Parts: sequence; structure tokens; C-alpha cells
Amino acid sequence: MHASLRSVGIYLVGFASLFLIWHVLATWVLSSVLFPTPWKVLLKAIELAQDGTLWEQSSASLARIAAGFAGGSLIGIPVGLAIGSFPIVRRLLEPYTEFLRFIPATALITVAVIWFGIGEGSKIFLIIYTTVFIVIINTAAGVSAVAPNKIRAARSLGAGPAQVFFFVALPATVPYILTGMRLAMANSFVTIVAAELVAANNGLGRMIWDSRMYMLVDQIFVALLVLGLLGFTADRLFRWGIYAFAGRFSPVT
Amino acid sequence: MALVQLAQVGKVYRSLKGSDYVAVRDFSLDIEAGEFFCLLGTSGCGKTTVLNMVAGFETVSAGDIRIGGKPIAGPAADRGVVFQGDDSLYGWLSALGNVEFGMRMRGVPRAEREQKARHYIELVGLKNQEHKHPSELSGGMKQRIQIARVLANEPQMLLMDEPFAALDAHTRADMQRELKRICAATGKTVLFITHDIDEATILADRIGVMHAGPASKLKGIVPVTLGEAERERTHDNFVAVYRRVHELIRDEVAIALQRTH
Repeated sequence: MHASLRSVGIYLVGFASLFLIWHVLATWVLSSVLFPTPWKVLLKAIELAQDGTLWEQSSASLARIAAGFAGGSLIGIPVGLAIGSFPIVRRLLEPYTEFLRFIPATALITVAVIWFGIGEGSKIFLIIYTTVFIVIINTAAGVSAVAPNKIRAARSLGAGPAQVFFFVALPATVPYILTGMRLAMANSFVTIVAAELVAANNGLGRMIWDSRMYMLVDQIFVALLVLGLLGFTADRLFRWGIYAFAGRFSPVT
Repeated sequence: MALVQLAQVGKVYRSLKGSDYVAVRDFSLDIEAGEFFCLLGTSGCGKTTVLNMVAGFETVSAGDIRIGGKPIAGPAADRGVVFQGDDSLYGWLSALGNVEFGMRMRGVPRAEREQKARHYIELVGLKNQEHKHPSELSGGMKQRIQIARVLANEPQMLLMDEPFAALDAHTRADMQRELKRICAATGKTVLFITHDIDEATILADRIGVMHAGPASKLKGIVPVTLGEAERERTHDNFVAVYRRVHELIRDEVAIALQRTH
């Protein structure tokens, strides 16, 4: 307990130093209206929180991320399992995964808007797109990384092929699936901002774009800060969820 | 009729470059029910290949293997396998879950399988450790779990591939004694692979010594008729058996060394 308190303390010091350096830079080094101090940004954040803007924009972005991330994972996990389990499926689908994953979601924004319009559809499509390949590749890698002796042991304990899949290969792959989802989550945050910058009626990306037009630099910083915080929180929640509900599968420990 | 019959078994590994590797050729052996048979050989002699074929993990290229007179067709619950490393254990299951695994796959009702699993966990000396996960257990304890997992499935025979090779000397000696006791208690037929003459002499009813690979087969079989008190490294009769086995394998070690250098 003592050790963990200590590590939390050091962590907080690390975070505090980030804001301290920012403060020093903004106040003395790059003193400019274009680079607000953390204090100014905080005041702006409170103002935007009070008038409801901040909540509205962040929840718009978060809802898109949640929908796309869930969709991408729901597609990616079974496809990855199939690719990892059956060489035929791997050969059939590898052209898709190996080709499409090198086309960044940001490059598809315009296409997505043309196809799905400026509404939610295009954003969710892009998040699914950015999520699905990472989840597929990690899941497939996980299946092929299952120790052959685990499968052999199961076979000689009387398990049939379907049982080997559901009771050995699948649970042994869970850490890889979770790692893939974590990486995909980080990607979702990158993609959503880019998508909203180009085409959206609301969201944090849109907020940054609008602020630029009125030179509201402190408002841009609020959006950036919120993105960092939300990403960080989402990642921690994910890790915490793994610990709490699937500790045995944890890729972290 | 012997429980296990290997008749002129051969194994060839096909290579894409065209240079096939003959691991085992013309390997014949009968193991009686209730017998503890140690297969001894230098590294690379094909002893694990023999075990993998008996287990059904690998197919035979020639000859045939019969259990109870029936040819084997792939891995099955009648032949339980204990592996050298701990990577065959299921890290997401508790010790109890691991030991129950085979029965769960075969549809044994929960209450019955839990009772049986607890019995075998106790037999391997891990009472009160049921709810620990493999990552919380030491190397020796993990091998005990593997043994309990196989025993709980009540196979006709046990196949053990150097199960104690990765353990430290004290734990290994301890495990050898325990295995001897467990086998006496259950009367299981065992095919045990090792490269350690001491280990084979402590455990076996018969020791089969293999030629150095490739294209290996049995060189000779040494019966071990030692009483419990004689299975001590310093006992004269133990030393006599050791010497006979050593004489058989000495030249093979030299050949194996030459081939690898």
C-alpha cells in the first residue's frame, strides 16, 4: 500500500511538471497571445463547462468513438479469430487486412463524407475502420501464439476441435484481443478529431476548427486538454476493467 | 498381450528442400500394463518423437502403434500426457479448473468432477492449493498439477516427456519419489522419457536405451528389479543397474556429440 501510494505520488508529480513547464513556457519563454497559460485555459474550460458547450462537444465525440469502437471490435474479434484459426481464411482475407490497414482512416474522410454524409454515419464508419484492423491483426496473432502444448494437452484430455477452440484457443487469445482494443481506442481518438475537423456539426474536432476561425486560442487549448484527459481516462478505465473483470487475462500484468 | 505395441515404427520428417530427415526407423517395443517404462537417450535421438507418436500428436511414417490391440488414431483421453514445460497449463483456470478440464470436456457432472479433482490434487500433495492459478505456483507445483490433471482424467496410460528436466535438483528428487508413490498407488502404465540415467534407474521397471539419432531405434533394454530400499543412488544394486545402462549409452553420447560439433 505504501509503495503504491508512493508511485501514485510520483505520477502526480510527473503530471504537475507538465503543467509547470507549460506555465513557464507560456509566461516567460513564448509570451504571446497565441500560447495561453494553463491558468487562462482552465478559466476558459470552466466557462465552457458552465455554459454546457464543453459537455455537448465532448459527448458528441465520445458517442461516436464508443459506437465505432464497439462496432469495430465486434467485427474485428470474430474475423481475427477466423484468420488465426483457419489458414484458408487467412489467405482469403489477408489481401484485405494487409492492404486496407495501410490506408489511414484520415485519408478516407472525404470518401466517407461523400458516401455517408456529414452526419454520424461517416464518423462512425471511420472509427470502425480505424479500429477493426488493429483488433483483427492482434486477435489473429494471439490465436497463432497459443502454445501448441496447450492444444495438445486439451486433445489428449479428450477435447474435440470445437472444445479446443472455445475452451483453450479463445481464452488464451483474450490478452491479445484486449491489447488490440486498447491500441484501437487510442487510434479512435486520433481519427475522430481529424474527421470532425473536416466535416461535422459538433464535437471536439469541430470546436477546434471553429475556434481557429475566431482566433480563440484558449478555446483550442481547452479542446486539446479535454482530448488528452478523455483519452487518458478511457485507457485507464479499459485497463481497470481488464483488472476487475478479467484479471487472469490481463495483458498488463 | 502387451498394452502398448510399437511395431517397426518409423518417422520421416519431409523437408521442403528435399533432404528428408529420418528421426526414427524400425522402432519396436512392447510395454505391459502397469509397467513403468523409461525411454532413455541422448538429445536429438528421437525419444520425444516416439512419445509424440504414441500420444497421437504425430503420425507414424511406417509401422504401427497399438494400444490394447487397437491402432491409435490421433490424441485421445486414454493416453494422458505430461509435458516438460508449464506452457500446457491453462493460466486462466485455477489449479482445480486445470485438473477438472478433461472431465469437463467429457461432460462429467460438476459435483463428481470436483470431488475427483480434489482427490487427485490431494494425491499429488497440493491440498489447499486448489484455488491458486498456475502463475502463483512454483515449478514443482505446476508439474504436480499437470500430473493431477492427467490422473484425474483416468487414462489407460501416462506419457511423460522429461517432466522434471526443468526443475532444480532437490525438487526433481522430491518429484521422482512422489511419482513413484503415485504410480504405486494408482498402478498406471507409464512411458517416461528422460536423458538422465539416475532418474530412469530410480523410476523404471525397465529402461530402454536408444541409439543416437538420426534413424534411431532401441539399442537395448535393461530390466530394473530393485526394491524400494535399493532405489538409492549409493546402493550397490542401484550402481550396478546404472553401470549397465551407462555402458549402453556411453558410445551413443560420443556419437551424438560428434554429430553436433
